[in-house]
Parts: sequence; C-alpha cells; structure tokens
Amino acid sequence: MPKVLMKGCEAIGEAAIRAGCRNFFGYPITPQTEVPEYLAKRFPEVGGEFVQAESEVAAINMLYGGAGVGKRVLTTSSSPGISLMAEGLSYIAACHLPVVVVNIVRAGPGLGGILPAQSDYLQATKGHGHGDYKLVVLAPSSVQEAVDLIYRAFDLADHYLTPVMVMGDGMIGQMMEPVEFPPMRDLADLPAKPWAATGAKGRKPNIVNSLYLKEEECHANNVKLKAKYDRIEKREKRSETYACRGDKLDVLVVAYGTMARICKTAVDEVKKRTKKKVGVFRPVTLWPYPYEALAKEARKAKRILVVEMSMGQMLEDVKLAVLGTRPIEFYGLTGGLVPSPDDVADRLRGILA
Amino acid sequence: MKKVFGYPESLTPNPTHYCPGCTHGTIHRLVAESLDELGLRERAVGIAPVGCSVLAYNYFRCDMFEASHGRAPAVATGAKRCRPDLILFTYQGDGDLASIGTAEIIHAANRGEKVTVIFVNNAIYGMTGGQMAPTTMPGQVTTTCPFGRNPEHEGHPIRMVELLSSLATPAYLARVAVHTPLHVIEAKKAIREAFRLQAEGVCFAMVEVLSICPTNWGLTAPEASKWLEENMVPYYPLGVLKRPGTDRGGAAAAAEAREGA
Amino acid sequence: MPKVVVDQQRCKGCERCQEACPQGVISMSETLNEKGYFYAVPSEQPRCLGCLLCAITCPDVAIEVFVHGTQYRFFHY
Repeated sequence: MPKVLMKGCEAIGEAAIRAGCRNFFGYPITPQTEVPEYLAKRFPEVGGEFVQAESEVAAINMLYGGAGVGKRVLTTSSSPGISLMAEGLSYIAACHLPVVVVNIVRAGPGLGGILPAQSDYLQATKGHGHGDYKLVVLAPSSVQEAVDLIYRAFDLADHYLTPVMVMGDGMIGQMMEPVEFPPMRDLADLPAKPWAATGAKGRKPNIVNSLYLKEEECHANNVKLKAKYDRIEKREKRSETYACRGDKLDVLVVAYGTMARICKTAVDEVKKRTKKKVGVFRPVTLWPYPYEALAKEARKAKRILVVEMSMGQMLEDVKLAVLGTRPIEFYGLTGGLVPSPDDVADRLRGILA
Repeated sequence: MKKVFGYPESLTPNPTHYCPGCTHGTIHRLVAESLDELGLRERAVGIAPVGCSVLAYNYFRCDMFEASHGRAPAVATGAKRCRPDLILFTYQGDGDLASIGTAEIIHAANRGEKVTVIFVNNAIYGMTGGQMAPTTMPGQVTTTCPFGRNPEHEGHPIRMVELLSSLATPAYLARVAVHTPLHVIEAKKAIREAFRLQAEGVCFAMVEVLSICPTNWGLTAPEASKWLEENMVPYYPLGVLKRPGTDRGGAAAAAEAREGA
Repeated sequence: MPKVVVDQQRCKGCERCQEACPQGVISMSETLNEKGYFYAVPSEQPRCLGCLLCAITCPDVAIEVFVHGTQYRFFHY
C-alpha cells in the first residue's frame, strides 16, 4: 500500500475506519479536535455516522450505547475530557463491552495547557474510574504506530470485551508523518456479538447491566473481570528495546511514546562520544505493563533513568519492576515542555560521569 | 369467557419491588401495552435509569441497558445512531432527567434523536429516600428541604416539557398523569403515540408522566392522588405541548400546540 | 357478565382499584397474602360492568378481566 503524509489525529481517524469503525461520538478539545473534524468529513464517504456530543460525559455514554448494540465505536479526547469519561469507562468495563478510546494527552492538572505531556499515565493504568477494573493501555511513539495500535485496539477490545485506550500525546496528534494504512476490514467479517442488545427476537432478552445488588453476584462479576485481566496480562504485554544487546549496560533509559524516540536520539548522541553502553526500554502496552521484560533488561544495567513528560508517573511502575535492586533516576519536564534530545543527553552524561 | 384485559407480553412475570400504590407499575404497563399493540417488543431496547426504576430491566421483556445517572438519553443516542432500526426508549425519573441529566435530555431532543423518553415526575427523589427534586413543589417538605421548598433559596420547580418545547427541532412533547384511571386512559394515548412516532421514524418524543410517591410524600395512595391533583396539575399543565410539524420553537408554538390538543 | 380476577399474591393492597371502581365491586380482604398485604377481592362481582377501570389503574398488573357475551366498551383504551 502506498504511504501517505498525514497528521496524527487524521491518521487515527482513518485507522479506525480501516478497523471497521463507523460510529464516532466525541467532543472538541485541543489537541485532538482534528479527529472529529476528519471523521465528520470522511464518515459520509464510508457510510459512517458522526455525532458531536454535548460533552465528554455524553460521549462516553453514547459509546456505551453503541457498544451495547454491538458496533465498533470510537471516541477521542484529551486529558480533561478523559477525566470526564471515568465513570462511563467504569460502566463499560463492568458490562464487559468493547470500546476504543484515544487520549491525546495535554498538560495538566486542571485546565493545564494544550501542549504535549505524559501526565495521564497513572490515571490510565491505575484506575481512572471507580471499582476494580483495568483499561488496556497502548502507547504509540509514532503516527504509524498509532495507526497500527488503533487497528489492533479494536480487535483486542472485541476479543476480550473490554475498553482499550490508545494513549498518544499532542506531538503524535499534531505531527505529520508518512503512514501506511492496513486494508479496510470487511464489516461482514467482524466478530459476532450474540450478547448485544439488538432486539429480543426469538431469544431471551439481553441485558447490558453493571448493577449487582446481591454481594455474591457483584463479587462474581469482579472475579470474572479479574480472570479476564489475568488472561490479558499473560498474553498481551508488548515492549521494545533499543541498543540493549549484550549483557551489560551502564544506563538503561526507560521511556514510552514520543519520549522514547527522543531518548533514542539522545542515546545515539551520547554513544558517539563515549564508550559507555546505554540502551532504551520502551513499553508499548502500559497496561499490562511488561514488568518481566523490563526487569530482564534492568538486571543488565548499573543504573536506570526514567524519562517522562510528567513529574514521575511511569516511574512508579519502573520501581515496581526493579524492586529496589538498582538505583533509579528520573528526568522529566511537564506543563507542555518537551525535553529535547540534548536535554536528555546532558542528563545522561551527568549520570555516566 | 373471553379475556378483555390481561397481562402484556412486554412485561416479565416478575413481581415489582415498587411500593404499594406507586404508579411506576402502571406506567410500566402502559409502555408494555404500547410495545405489544404496535408490535415493537422484538425490536425494542429500553434504558433503565438510576432511581426507583433502576431495576426496570427486570420488568420489561425486551433487551435493556442499565445507564449511569442521567445519561440514558446519551446511551439511547449512541444505540440509535448505531442501530436506527431498533426502538430505543428511556425511562427516567426527576433526578435522572431534570437534575444530573439536563444536558443529555436537551441535546438528545435538540439533535432530534428518534427515541422515546418516558419521564416520571413525582416531585421527589424516591429511591434515595425522599430528597428534593428539581420538580419539587414550593412549600413541599422533603428531607433536603425540611422546612418546605423555598423558591428564594432553592428556586422554582422546572417544567421540563416547556423547557424542551422552546427548541426548534421538531418533537412530540406531552404531559400526562396517572393518578386516576381516567388520566391513565389519556396517558396511554400519549405513550402509545410516542412509540408510534419512533416506529415511523418521525421525531424525538417525550411524555412526562405526573406520578404519585405515597411513601416519600407520607400519604396513602388515595391521599397522594388528591395531592397530585391539587398541587401538581395546576403547575404542570396536562396536554400535548408540541407535535411534529410545528417546527418553530418558543412559547407561541407551544400555545398553538396546546390549543390543538 | 364480566368477571374480575385478582392475582392475590401480586396484589400489594394499595386500594386504588377499590377507589377506581364506580360500582363498589372491590373490597380489601381480611387475610394477608404471602407478602403481608391485604389483597383486593371482587366481593360484589355481580355489580361489575366490565368497565376495566380497576385493571387500568392497578400498578401491579394483578387484575385480569373476562367477559361472557357482549362487552360494553365505555371508552377506547
């Protein structure tokens, strides 16, 4: 397939269409407004239905309705809007419904800023909404990877009947990069959903519900959810390493998303002038977090440097993976500041000295 | 012997948890009868609210959703846009529709979502034990306005049907009551019409149903019926306030529709 | 002649049918049902017109009405 030069947000919209999504419910918020704008124009060409909801609260509930009647549905938002979706995602998870949510992270907390950040990591991976549930969280580091992960997200969601979040940041949303799209999914070829609320013709009514007033029943639903998350943890962890060959590293840099790309450049810079061994570990699934793969690389390293556009969120998971066996340093900027390769390289040189 | 009044197909045989005399049961039956008479049960998807009727999915014999508080119109929007062939209906109380859900109902109506909304107005929050609702009458005592609702402090009750009738998008907006059998007969007509309009793909339809809450009003069912007649009907006028075809919004259109009712 | 049948176990004794009936057909029982309610009883069955107002008002759909022969319909329902 030919490559197209496309803005991240628009590529995300197109990827969803390729994956068989024909229904979008969302609300404008910088820096992801281009997704609804692109889909508003593109959907009529593919028989899709675009709805601009009155708020993110409404959008996530529209998603709940669409998923419950068995359709592949998408919403996109940015940090404050994702906060508004917390309750809705808890309901969606509790009802075992498949949805795909994209968070193009911006600076926070509060109204924050419109520039990129990575300050929603804990929100996405550690709870977000109320109750015992998890979001599958995928973190692309390029527009191409965003396309690939969105395409995969719909399949993951349908397979496990769970909400999946693709977490990019303002850079992924706004950058233009060459992208190759997967082929258009045949809508007749999507997984069957016999549990969906499609009209009780010739069968018992299907009920999409998360209310369990009897404690044994509510516990049973939680047990069912946990079993599902255990299966996902077993099978779906993904990560990538860069320059980690061999069995010794002076520093292991841990970063995700666009920061990982910046760190790779910084590592290359640093290695030009020194003989030190520095590698990068990049988790692709933030939940389930690839603790084991990280621990394996961390064992090779003398020190670890975690780099994020936050005040230290993935840092907590790195600490969990390493369990105090290695010293961990942190370098981060947030509020919309993006560490440049030089910034990271300087910090690395400081550590290596 | 011929049965001339029987149990609707669209209700499950489950006995309800509603209080004795609570008109939820009556309204459920009117919805079920409408679905039966129009042959819609197998295409129907209902959305239960948070409120006394949170367990409505146990009572309607069609596919059902449980929605989060106030968001049923948004869930209905999502479902209807994804599957326009389904008959979507929401069943909501005062808190669900007129408090937390005001944005959702206004926008579903404004977008003209072709869904049916049954709004049960009993001027109080039943499930949580009798707190003030946006529809509570001035002077009415509830647990969160124990000295009687004071418009100076709490504002006046909201007339949702009138509020929605100001929108320009075509809709069917009616207010009925179910506190006497004669009112129930009129209510049935409006509820049936609200489903018929969706079946024919015409417009957004909402029926506000003035209902009694004997338990939280602290009255017997017959006393509660009398209270409703004397206190609620004067403030919440009955009738069809808007029909599709009157696509001008505003007070003039509402008055015109009322004259034609 | 019309016949009103009350499902005694569904009835919650709210008395609205008694209030609705224009003929005084319905009264409340002296014994309790399984749930502890005094249920409705069509104690004056011969007075029944088959107007359906009791069944129409019952919130628990506990009333069914049968007719033998002509049914007089007083309104469209």
